[in-house]
This record gives sequence, structure tokens and C-alpha cells, in this order.
Amino acid sequence: MSTLTTPLAEAASSNAALRALLHGLPGVDRVGADQRAAMLGTRSIKTTAKARAIDLAISMVDLTTLEGADTRGKVRAMCAKAVRPDPGDPSVPKVAAVCVYPDLVEQAVQALGRSGVRVASVATAFPSGRSSLGVKVEDTAFAVAAGAHEIDMVIDRGAFLSGDYRKVYEEIAAVKAACARDGEGEDAHLKVILETGELATYDNVRRASWLAMLAGADFIKTSTGKVSPAATLPVTLVMLEAVRDFRAGTGRMVGVKPAGGIRTTKDAIKYLVLVNETAGPDWLDPAWFRLGASSLVNDLLMQRQKMATGRYAGPDYFTLD
Amino acid sequence: MFEYAPAPESRDVVDIQPSYGLFVNGEWVDSLGGERHKTINPASEEVLAEFSYAVEADVDRAVTAARKAYDSVWSRLPGRERAKYLFRIARIIQERARELAVLESLDNGKPIRESRDVDLPLVAAHFFYYAGWADKLRYAGFGRGDGLGAEPRPLGVAAQIIPWNFPLLMLAWKIAPALACGNTVVLKPAETTPLTALAFAEICRQADLPPGVVNIVTGAGETGRALVEHPDVNKVAFTGSTEVGRMIARTVAGTRKKVTLELGGKAANIVFDDAALDQAVEGIVNGIFFNQGHVCCAGSRLLVQESVETELLDALKRRLSTLRLGDPLDKNTDIGAINSAAQLDKIRSLSDAGEQEGAERWSAPCPIPDKGFWFPPTLFTGVAQSHRIAREEIFGPVLSVLTFRTPAEAVEKANNSPYGLSAGVWTEKGSRILWMADKLRAGVVWANTFNRFDPTSPFGGYKESGYGREGGRHGLEAYLDV
Repeated sequence: MSTLTTPLAEAASSNAALRALLHGLPGVDRVGADQRAAMLGTRSIKTTAKARAIDLAISMVDLTTLEGADTRGKVRAMCAKAVRPDPGDPSVPKVAAVCVYPDLVEQAVQALGRSGVRVASVATAFPSGRSSLGVKVEDTAFAVAAGAHEIDMVIDRGAFLSGDYRKVYEEIAAVKAACARDGEGEDAHLKVILETGELATYDNVRRASWLAMLAGADFIKTSTGKVSPAATLPVTLVMLEAVRDFRAGTGRMVGVKPAGGIRTTKDAIKYLVLVNETAGPDWLDPAWFRLGASSLVNDLLMQRQKMATGRYAGPDYFTLD
Repeated sequence: MFEYAPAPESRDVVDIQPSYGLFVNGEWVDSLGGERHKTINPASEEVLAEFSYAVEADVDRAVTAARKAYDSVWSRLPGRERAKYLFRIARIIQERARELAVLESLDNGKPIRESRDVDLPLVAAHFFYYAGWADKLRYAGFGRGDGLGAEPRPLGVAAQIIPWNFPLLMLAWKIAPALACGNTVVLKPAETTPLTALAFAEICRQADLPPGVVNIVTGAGETGRALVEHPDVNKVAFTGSTEVGRMIARTVAGTRKKVTLELGGKAANIVFDDAALDQAVEGIVNGIFFNQGHVCCAGSRLLVQESVETELLDALKRRLSTLRLGDPLDKNTDIGAINSAAQLDKIRSLSDAGEQEGAERWSAPCPIPDKGFWFPPTLFTGVAQSHRIAREEIFGPVLSVLTFRTPAEAVEKANNSPYGLSAGVWTEKGSRILWMADKLRAGVVWANTFNRFDPTSPFGGYKESGYGREGGRHGLEAYLDV
């Protein structure tokens, strides 16, 4: 992209510079993007390919609970499932991470121990993001201190929609700084939630993706799951194009996480096809692509068992947590 | 890491007879002396069935049957009764869509994804659309000039000759408006793809269409010539090459036969630097690699603004590398087989000419099956207006890339062709779309899309791309005595 020749720091130096860069990105034609996503949705993934896709999808899940009614017991139960999704079948891979509110991070870290499943925490006045920068940074620091490996922050959609890109940029950069762990351990990875359901246009999704990546996002994520529509295939397509182009322009690879509304194996496989044929196979790895979901795991397990045994077990054979 | 396992559509849904006769007067009849030929699956070179090349006597029998059906039944039926038959045919096509899609892919080589998601839905839509017109013809604006909305008269017997690129869809484009207007037809499918037309004959029987209203005679050029030259034909409708179109125009000159021709094309797909590039890439792919480029309105010339040339070509090559070429019946196949050995030769020889004239060839790195007729998605850069690959219709998956600097230059280059069937414009600027559409001498101008078809929209060419319009209200005119 021609815009990439601008040094990144200079691009973010003022609101005008950011605006010039973001509005200089090629537009997204909604009809064409919808068509492309729908066409990829017709790919037929069967037999061995399906079996591999199911295991890959399980290993990419951020198993999520984000309710006011969440308790330590609920989080403990979810963590057990994250490590061993199917108690009867040790060959099922563990999920990528669990995703909880900041005050339950400590509980999750304890429950997961050395299992290798990461702990992600939403932060920054999730889900609306309507608070002061100080509170957002504090929220982040609290989760990081409790041991979160990943922070899922929300952007200030109000600022974005009113054209105050610099404010959005600065908030992301500040939260990114709060993800640093002084001294020991790796910094928390920052996932930036664009809340695409509130951004209204695909042009905005592309601009918000670039803004987040410029500000230091390690991942861009579609949704909080609290706003409808949450993740959709075309929105994810636009974001995958953005990370692909960003790597081509800067050399830095950024991950993508659709979240919310992904409930069936069929849905999950459509997302994997989208990744495969848009950003490319480099992104088909839990380090670079995640699925934010909760009920999806049981459907993946059910389909996995069906492929192995030829029969569907009833829902009672899969754990509810 | 993520290889798609084969996902073939089942062949069990189709029931191909080892041998076919001609469909005349509602019956299957043997040819009165025509040679027997074989139709093959171009993806495997396996023989699918035998059929006849109808001779003059066969054609005469078919035209006689059509005339009789016209005089005694079809022209006397009120429009609402003709509509019932057309609606019935449309519904049967929908019910048998899977079977017809598989049959089309077997005989033609096109991917099942296209025959299933594009061809068959459009075929049914065409019959539904013209079924709706059958009892409303007096409101179509083609009355007998008295302005009072008198019922316009049909022409009589229509001789219809269709190509091999969209066999069943072209049949629908021809038969649906003809029947809706009250004509009867004798249709000749292409010699490499007769099977879906023969299956359609069965559908006519299933729909209880009166005998003789639709007659199907198979064969090649000689059969077509006999049909066009038959003195009792009132209307000739042809879709195919400009060369054959010229012969037909000469043949019918001086007769009372009305004629519509839908011929070749060399469409420009014009991408401006402010276009939505990812979607433009998809549109270019859809424009020239859809149906292996066997599309008369294919966007075979890419005109790209110089300021985005590198960026666009990089993106295009990356995208072409993901195209999946292979078994047309695999649901994940994007590029199927070239329809015939002869067509493959033509594509090869024109591509070689492109290289000899100095253009640079790039082909997608996809594996090519051992058997069958295949050509990888290919693009040529450094193409000049004077190169043969910029002027002649290749009718294959070959894209010629040219550049331009200003909108006026884009228009000039786009129009600098003996053809004028279609064009595409990619820009986010609405005013430029309208300005371009006004200047481009092409029957269809697509804006920010390509190869989109709808029965309500007229289709046809300027210049050597033919005359007459098919589809929409305009498509009725070709089958009415106005």
C-alpha cells in the first residue's frame, strides 16, 4: 500500500496525519465484500480436512465467560474444561485461553497452573469503554498484575466515530504500555476490540483495524459479544485483509479474533477457510487467530465424536460449565 | 496446513442415456441419416453419450412440427395459459436443479459451484420472469402502433442456436421469451454440450407442454445452417462467434426472417486508483476466470490506472495463486476444464502469440490434471493495444493487462475494439461511474461488479458484438411482430 511508505510515528503525530492515513486506505465495497465472504462460506470441508479443522478450531478458542453473575466456582469449572475439553478423550487439544473479567484473573491463573492455557482478561471499562483513561489504565494494570497473559481492551467508539483518531490511538498506546510487566515474565499481549457492530461501515472497520495496529495492538478483535451484530464473516474478512496488508507494509504480524455469535462447527470452519484464503496459512495458528466463544466448544466436541464414532452422542454427554 | 479434502458432488443424481435421438413433436425420434457423434466429459475425456448430427430432413421435420404446433395450439392459447406452462417448467427446473447442475458440469467442464450457484438459479429465474410477461404483453410497450395496447402478435417459428459456454442458461434465454410471446421453437444446442438441452426436452414432456412447441435438434454447423436456411422459419436467434454470426446475417439478408445475434466480446475492466482494491481484485477474477473465461462478456482486458498498477497486480497474482483448478464436480473447485480440445488449441495459440509479440506471461502455479483439457489462470502484462491478445477474443482464462493515465484515455482504449458487449468500471466516485457509462460503447456497463446477470436486465452488444437484446422487457421485442 502506498500509504505505508510514511513512517509510522509520523503518521500518528497528529489527528490530521492519522486522518490522512486512515482515509487514504482503499475503500471497501460492501456488496463485493459480502459476496466474497459468502462465496468462501460455500467451501465444503469434509473428512480428513474436517477432522483437522475441528482440532485446530478447538485449539484456537478463547473460552469466555463475561457475566455479572460470574463466580470463582464458575471460572474454576471453565478452566477445567479449557485444559481438558472432553473428559473422556485425552486426544482433544486444549483451548488457547480463557477470557474473564479482571477480578477473576487470579482465580483463573491459579486454576490453570502450568497447563499452558493462557488467561485473557477484558479491561478498560469493558464493554462500553466509557470511563477516564486513568481508570482504563488502572483496570489493565490490575489484570496484568493478577497474572493475565492477554488483555482484551475496547476502543472508544465515540471518539472514533467523531473523527478523534488521535484519542483512540493514545488510549491504545497507553493501555499497551500498561500491559508491560516490569522485570520478570513476558508482557501481556494486547487484543484491541473494535466493536464492529457499532462502527457501521466496512470502511470504518478497515480504518479502525489500521489505527489499532499502528497503536501497537498484537491482535484485533471484532466484538465484545455484548453488541449485536457481533462477529460476522465479511467483517472478519476485512480485518484479515488489514493484517495481511499491514504485514506486507511493515513486516509486523498482527492476530485476528472474531468473537460473539460463533456457535457451530460449521461457523468455525467458515472462519478457518476465510483465514486460509485471505490472510493465508501463516495465520492458521492459535498464536495468530482466535475464536472468542463459549458454547462453540461443545458443538466442536460433538462433531469430533461423530467423526470418530459415526454417531452423535446426546447433549448430556458434553459438559456444561 | 489446511488442505481441503476432495468434496465431490455425487454423480448418482444424473441418469445419462447411452444414446440420444432428436426431440421432435414431443417425441424422441431417430435422425433420418445423420452421423452419430459422442459427447465427452472435458475433464476426463470419458465418453458420456452418443447423439446425432441432424440432417436437413430432420430439421425440416422439426420445423414442420413447430409450425403445426404454432398454428394449431400455441399461438391460439391465451397468455395466461402459456404462462402456466412456463411456470411449471420453471418449477420443475428448480426441483431438478441438482441433477441439471451435475449434468451441466459433466458435459461442459464448468465447476459445480458455478453450475449450482449461478447457472441453474438463473435458468429457473428466466423462466419465472418470462412466465410473468406472457399475459401482460400488451403492456410491454410493443403494441401494434395503435397506442391502445392491442395484444402484440408473435412471429411464428423461431430457429435458435446456442453456444457451449452456458448450455442450459442460453437455452433459457432463448426459449423462455420465445414461448412467452407465443412462438414455437426449434433449438440446436452446441455439438460439445447437448446433454442439458436433451434433459430439457424431458422436462417439456414432464410439464405436458403441447407437442411441437419445443423441438431440439442436435448437431454442428451443418445442422445450424439447415435450420437458419429453412424457408419456414420466421426468426433466427443466435449466440456464438462473430464469424458464424456474419454468415447467419448474410443468409437471412433479403428474407423476411427477423434475426438477433449475440456475438463475441473483448470487454475492458477498468480499475481507477480510488477503487475498492480488494473487491476490484475479486471482480477481475470473476470477470475473466469465471467459467474458465468462456464468457462472451468476459472482462478479458484489464485497464488499470498506472498509479495503482503494481499494487493491483501484486494483489491479483496473490489471489490467483489461491484459485483451485481441478475436478469440476468437486465443490471446492474454482476453475474447471476447458470445454474442448479445439478450444484449448485456440487458447494456447493466442497465448503463444501474446508471448511472441512481446507481452509477459504469468500463470498461476496450480497443478494441472493429466487427463482432460486444462489451462491455468494466466495473465499477460506489458500488453499493447496492437497485440492480438488485446484485440481478439480468446474465450479462455487469459487476462491481458493494459494501463492508462486519465479517464479519457481509459474510455478511448476501452472503445478501441470492434466489439462492444460489456465493460466494467471500478471507482468509489459515483460521478465518474456515470460519466464512464455514458462514454463507453458497450451493451452492459457494470460498476463495481462484473458478470452479474438478472432476467430483468437487458443484455446485448454494440458493433460486432451483435444486435438485439435478450432479457428484461427489451427481450420481448425480438419475439414479437412489432
